[in-house]
Amino acid sequence: MITLRVNGSTFDTDSDPETPLLYVLRNEMELNGAKFGCGLGQCGSCTVLADNRPIFSCLTPIAMLSEREITTLEGLGSIDDPGPVQRAFIEEQAAQCGYCIPGMIMRAHALLLQNSAPDEAAIREALEPSLCRCGTHLRILRAVHRASDGFQEQTSAAGESTQ
Amino acid sequence: MNALGQLKFPRRSLLKGGGALVLYFAISPARVLLAQEGAPTAAPSAELPGSLSEYPFLDAWIRIDSDDTITVFTGKAELGQGIRTALTQVAAEQLKVDFPRIKLLTADTAQTPNEGYTAASHSMEKSGTAILHAAAYLRRTIIGLAAEELGVAADNLKVEDGIVVSSAGERRSYGQLVSGRSLHVTVNDQSEFFAPDSYTVMGQSVPRVDIPGKLTGKPSYVHDLRLGGMVHARIVRPPRRGARLAKLDTSEVDRMPGVLRVVRDSNYLGVIAEGEFQAIKAMQALQAAAQWEGGTSLPSDTDIYGHLMQLPADISVINGPQTPQSPPEGAKIVEATYTRPYQMHGSIGPSCAVGLFQNDQLTIWSHTQGVYPDRAAIAEMTGMDEQSVHLIHMEGAGCYGHNGADDAAADAALLARALPDRPVRIQWMRDHEHQWEPYGSAMIVRAKGSVSGTGDISSWNYEVWSNPHTTRPGPAGNLLPAQLISGAFKPEAPTNIPQPAGGADRNAVPEYRIPNARVVEHFIAEMPLRTSALRSLGAYMNVFALESFVDELALAAGVDPVEFRLARLEDPRARHVVTTVADAFDWTGWKREPGRGRGFAYARYKNLAAYCAVAIDLDVDRATGRIKLGSAVAACDSGQAVNPDGIRNQIEGGLVQSASWTLFEQVHFNADGVQSVDWAGYPIMRFPSVPAAVEVHVVDRPGEPFLGTGEASQGPAAAAIANAVADAIGARIRDLPLLPERVRTAMRG
Ligand code: FES
Ligand code: FES
Repeated sequence: MITLRVNGSTFDTDSDPETPLLYVLRNEMELNGAKFGCGLGQCGSCTVLADNRPIFSCLTPIAMLSEREITTLEGLGSIDDPGPVQRAFIEEQAAQCGYCIPGMIMRAHALLLQNSAPDEAAIREALEPSLCRCGTHLRILRAVHRASDGFQEQTSAAGESTQ
Repeated sequence: MNALGQLKFPRRSLLKGGGALVLYFAISPARVLLAQEGAPTAAPSAELPGSLSEYPFLDAWIRIDSDDTITVFTGKAELGQGIRTALTQVAAEQLKVDFPRIKLLTADTAQTPNEGYTAASHSMEKSGTAILHAAAYLRRTIIGLAAEELGVAADNLKVEDGIVVSSAGERRSYGQLVSGRSLHVTVNDQSEFFAPDSYTVMGQSVPRVDIPGKLTGKPSYVHDLRLGGMVHARIVRPPRRGARLAKLDTSEVDRMPGVLRVVRDSNYLGVIAEGEFQAIKAMQALQAAAQWEGGTSLPSDTDIYGHLMQLPADISVINGPQTPQSPPEGAKIVEATYTRPYQMHGSIGPSCAVGLFQNDQLTIWSHTQGVYPDRAAIAEMTGMDEQSVHLIHMEGAGCYGHNGADDAAADAALLARALPDRPVRIQWMRDHEHQWEPYGSAMIVRAKGSVSGTGDISSWNYEVWSNPHTTRPGPAGNLLPAQLISGAFKPEAPTNIPQPAGGADRNAVPEYRIPNARVVEHFIAEMPLRTSALRSLGAYMNVFALESFVDELALAAGVDPVEFRLARLEDPRARHVVTTVADAFDWTGWKREPGRGRGFAYARYKNLAAYCAVAIDLDVDRATGRIKLGSAVAACDSGQAVNPDGIRNQIEGGLVQSASWTLFEQVHFNADGVQSVDWAGYPIMRFPSVPAAVEVHVVDRPGEPFLGTGEASQGPAAAAIANAVADAIGARIRDLPLLPERVRTAMRG
């Protein structure tokens, strides 16, 4: 049995240790955020965070993850209380079919944790592993800029409150 | 909410006889009859607007219950284009009820009208128009009922969010007024009652209703459907078309953990397992255990155009004189050949479907674009009668045309029938999607024209060669799995879509005033690679070629390309999008720098839908030949704009997608089969290559009919980029995609 830590809770699974995380998230935990796109690490639709770094959940066996803190789209917020990156994407209406967007949001969230004020080039580079077929890219970029403004306000507010 | 919202039957109850069948019959059989039979007492009328011509009855489109629930029905499906939101806006506006009160049911063979395929940018023109008139008709009828009941003149009544209020303050809700009355009445044209000036919902950029759920992990796609007792399947396809499964030893696969069944029927092969990853591992083992023989060897992708042009073709002159036009004496002659390779839909989520076969009823959840045609094909394939097959649309990843959706639905049917009473979920692997989706056709255009000394176009000969652009089911033979099972169904002989919309020849006829423009189509029915509808069909290639050629003639005439176009464009709406883009882009003030170019293009999609113009600038790296897209400006006139941001999203998305096709995309294949099996073998645009900016101007035309928008920017974007590259390097590239090596070759001269 492997114990995973996902979105702050633990989850025990009897699945074969070589099972990629994606299938445990989707089929056992019934989390829809991470999507299957290619199973090859080429498209990023399955992106989740392990210790705040993006990973391809379609490739990463659960055996490698028992010590790691996993965050999925669901861990960032809910439909009633979306997280700052989700909110920015909704405000920018940054989706067409939306299938790629959860992966984009995870990658953007990881970037903003590292660098709350990334420039355009840094955002494009961070999102390069993720594919979008609908051509929503420009809205996605706008959404990440918008989310970055939110992150900065948060950090500066936090900074003030500790002073 | 025909999709996940309703599928709340208990997860474990299914096997005990609850579940899906209850769901199936819970949907009022009366509605099913109505939606399917349509018009038992009046003949459909071609004169009624939109899809009312086929379904003229009010209750096919709208139902109001006595508790004031308002349900609107559409046979069209949400494909990520925002149709759910736009159609709801139309209904809310005309019924004068608040937007959130409208419940919209989409494509479902048990509930909605049969509107064929959600394709060809028809949803607003057909379904939107039907709902527009039906809702207006219903509101007027209800006000009439209220006037009668309250004994006042209709003029003294107003509507507040679905409640009719008299000047004396008496109130009657829609539900109260229609309660016990039949809405089975024929809708008539309501055009004269529309008052676009007063609209408060139509014309607004209402946020998409589906986005918050999709972005927070709510089940939104067929991929997210989890039914009680559901099991997972994977398929094994032949290595190439026509290959025969000669030998198969399943003993190892049968013993693998979780495996429930290996499904084999002649050359059809799949495996069902309890767990999804177990199914994948079993699929890999099955693949290794299968020995295939024979099959059709493909031509090589390097001489595909020569190969296509020597195949038998149906040749027709679709415009202008029967014989080619000779250029007059002294005219400057321009001759050019343009090519476009096979290109993919390339959905980010591979095709998926869930099937359940129980008590001789088959239910399929699918992201098909056409629940009714797909049901007919699946019924034929399985030998079932259509009434026993229920197709429910649920969203998939963006499809942009006929991708693997219908074939995956057929897979679900075959696999579910092999394991009755358990919902079977099939999801293709990435290589299945890449290798087996029907592609956008490879095409060739040859153009020969001339300009006179005064700058007039004095001759125009344009010929296009293409494979089919629609091979949808239809008959079972158009489903890939049906071709593999015993008794192999044969695909039907493909036909071209006739003008004016056209298929291979879509947008091949120039809209410019050109005397005697001769346009010839060579329709090649024999498909070396299976092809079908990819967003905009032949229009992408024809607009690329035609608008490149217009630039080549403008250059020969020494006239600015925008001026050259305006000089021969008569339709004021066409001129308006052209000048809007030229102004917003600052075409005349644009600064020329070494290695930088700008391009312009215009087309009216299908020569009868939305008007779209695009300008873009870009830089070409002389050393590498790489193209870096700069800023793009587009303008689109879709008639009355229901949701301007939705239009913007479609035009911008289409432009970026077209840029990806144009700069990067081609399917590779050789004698052994398709070699583009993943995103490494078929690269598409990634973030660093995305244009610096895209600005879209939506031209609103209040009161004008809706014009299909979803495919309007594909062609103009491609041509604008090609024209900008020619402008930047002083040489023309006529072969798609515009790869760096082609740029380098062109620069060498
Ligand atoms: S599904 Fe994991 S990278 Fe594509
Ligand atoms: S929004 Fe459809 S793939 Fe990105």
